[in-house]
Amino acid sequence: MASRPLTLYEKIWNAHVVETRDDGTALIFIDRHLVHEVTSPQAFEALRLAGRTVRRPDLTLAVPDHNLPTTPRLDAAGKKIPIADPQSAAQLEALEANAPSFGIRYIDATAAEQGIVHVVGPEQGFSLPGTTIVCGDSHTAAHGGVGALAFGVGTSEVEHVLATQTLLLKRSKTMEVAVTGELGPGVTSKDLILHIIGIVGTAGGTGHVIEYRGDVFKKMSVESRLTVCNMSIEAGARAGLIAPDETTFAYLKNRPLSPTGDNWDKAVAYWSSLKTDPGATFDKVVQIDAADVEPTVTWGTSPEDVVPIGGSVPSPSSFADPSKQSAAQKSLDYMGLTPGQNMTDVDVQNIFIGSCTNSRIEDLRAAADILRGKRKAENVKWAIVVPGSGLVKQMAEEEGLDKIFIDAGLEWREPGCSACLGMNPDKVPPGERCASTSNRNFVGRQGPGARTHLMSPAMAAAAAITGKLTDVRELVK
Amino acid sequence: MEPVTSVEGRAIPFGAKNVDTDVIIPAAWLKTISREGLGEGAFETIRAQDGNVFDDPEYAGAPILIAGDNFGCGSSREHAAWALLDMGVKVVIAPSFSDIFAGNAFKNGILTVALPQKQIDRLMEVAESDPVTVDLETQTVTTPFQDRFTFEVDPFRKHCLSEGLDEVGLTLERDAVITDYEQRAQADMPWLANKKTQSEGKAA
Repeated sequence: MASRPLTLYEKIWNAHVVETRDDGTALIFIDRHLVHEVTSPQAFEALRLAGRTVRRPDLTLAVPDHNLPTTPRLDAAGKKIPIADPQSAAQLEALEANAPSFGIRYIDATAAEQGIVHVVGPEQGFSLPGTTIVCGDSHTAAHGGVGALAFGVGTSEVEHVLATQTLLLKRSKTMEVAVTGELGPGVTSKDLILHIIGIVGTAGGTGHVIEYRGDVFKKMSVESRLTVCNMSIEAGARAGLIAPDETTFAYLKNRPLSPTGDNWDKAVAYWSSLKTDPGATFDKVVQIDAADVEPTVTWGTSPEDVVPIGGSVPSPSSFADPSKQSAAQKSLDYMGLTPGQNMTDVDVQNIFIGSCTNSRIEDLRAAADILRGKRKAENVKWAIVVPGSGLVKQMAEEEGLDKIFIDAGLEWREPGCSACLGMNPDKVPPGERCASTSNRNFVGRQGPGARTHLMSPAMAAAAAITGKLTDVRELVK
Repeated sequence: MEPVTSVEGRAIPFGAKNVDTDVIIPAAWLKTISREGLGEGAFETIRAQDGNVFDDPEYAGAPILIAGDNFGCGSSREHAAWALLDMGVKVVIAPSFSDIFAGNAFKNGILTVALPQKQIDRLMEVAESDPVTVDLETQTVTTPFQDRFTFEVDPFRKHCLSEGLDEVGLTLERDAVITDYEQRAQADMPWLANKKTQSEGKAA
């Protein structure tokens, strides 16, 4: 009997079912578990209290990122500089102690391999196509960029995975985001995903796993694919997927934890089968024409509040839904914007280039290309570039990108989550604006009262030069 | 985990849509290594506003929260559920929830009740002056005014919530089938076992 055509999601799901229950839920095996300092201490504590162990320490990798200051970590003598905030220090120490006591590989804050979990996973070859990957962080969706079914979990689920290497899950619905055509010059993967979120909405993907399909994604680098999948959660979807292909295999080959020898050949043969079958159907389909995507920025306090850079701040009355009208009004009050104002007239005082969305080498190159030989505007008070990992940092320095940033008046930092989430010292002051390459423009996300405009690295670099939101295409003419 | 059966009391008529977990508990509160004491930081940005519903003495210790669509979107932080628990909230009623938040709530014994917007509007009205009762056994939300709304709940979740079961303990009992799976996976996908990390981990 010929089997029913399957989507990529269904193939990965089926390969990981340990057992199915009568109520339709299934125990799903987790191939890779990334652990960081913020969402793990209570999980380790619970294991310890119950006398439980980590079932598969070999499938678990711990690295600090969220809390870690991005200022130098070693003094001139090579000694560790203590972390000023006692709570942050305690949380980091907890991970540093928990990892070895449960037999888990730990990447130290001072190691070259340290970085944001979602940058480290693919970079180390820990995140592989067709695997199930979880982490106590909603941006785990990023790893879908290498064709992994990857999603964020809460701390109780972190504990469940540590103890059992499985999760009890209900099969998700599937959503196809089908993009036709090609992106225009100066339009990046970040612009595309912001545009997609604007169309799908922040709840549009709830209960679904998204598969991004179309030539645009086939032509994208793995770095760009990670950016797209990373923000699936901003469309409500717990996971996003892009089918693995030759680009993926080339990216992963010879990474420190990638399979080698005979296992590599076997893996590639299997990975090559990981694509949605012709005739497979999705529960929801969203069609996007790439030609419609412009360099995009956010105007409000939800990632769905997007507008092309050439556009203006919308009027709350332009929304059909009355609740969206009042939400828009609140957003505008918080953001200090007036309906009808041109986006390119909005001044910014802060620039943040970094985060798990946009801190890989390709992102830094894109920003450096714009900033080369230029200087940041006077009204830009604080501008930082935070590489996604120590290895990205090294590579950027070998290419001289750090000098370009420093010469332009930007700070060159140590790797970490930084100003994406306002829990480490990198924060945007109240009432000030930030042109940010991160993923969330929520109220208070970058610090209490901070006003965030999301955009691509090239657009953030352009804003640094002009001191206001700017169409990067105007600068490269 | 405390079993959830029937919860009766005042319901906070919050009603906001797309409430993200950064609003429920800002990141500055995530530096804790314990699950307790987060109620103090719950809804901090909203509490900074005068006349907010959370600081209204009328709703002090209210066990039910009523919200709008897509409650708990954004970050996966389970601290959002812990903050609600620490406030005394045992039930959240909204038209819809983010997937991750709903899972986190369940794992902490918080019942998430999805009802149509129209019924939410009615409950918001009742909550202004009167208590609301949520009963897990009968899957109903009732008011002193004969309102009776039924809700869906996953049977497994219902069972765990009403018995206060520990999911990790339940899964550990499935050790044999997990081991079977691991052996199958080792044969079919030998590249997945991460020997390199294992040996490094043990050496640490």
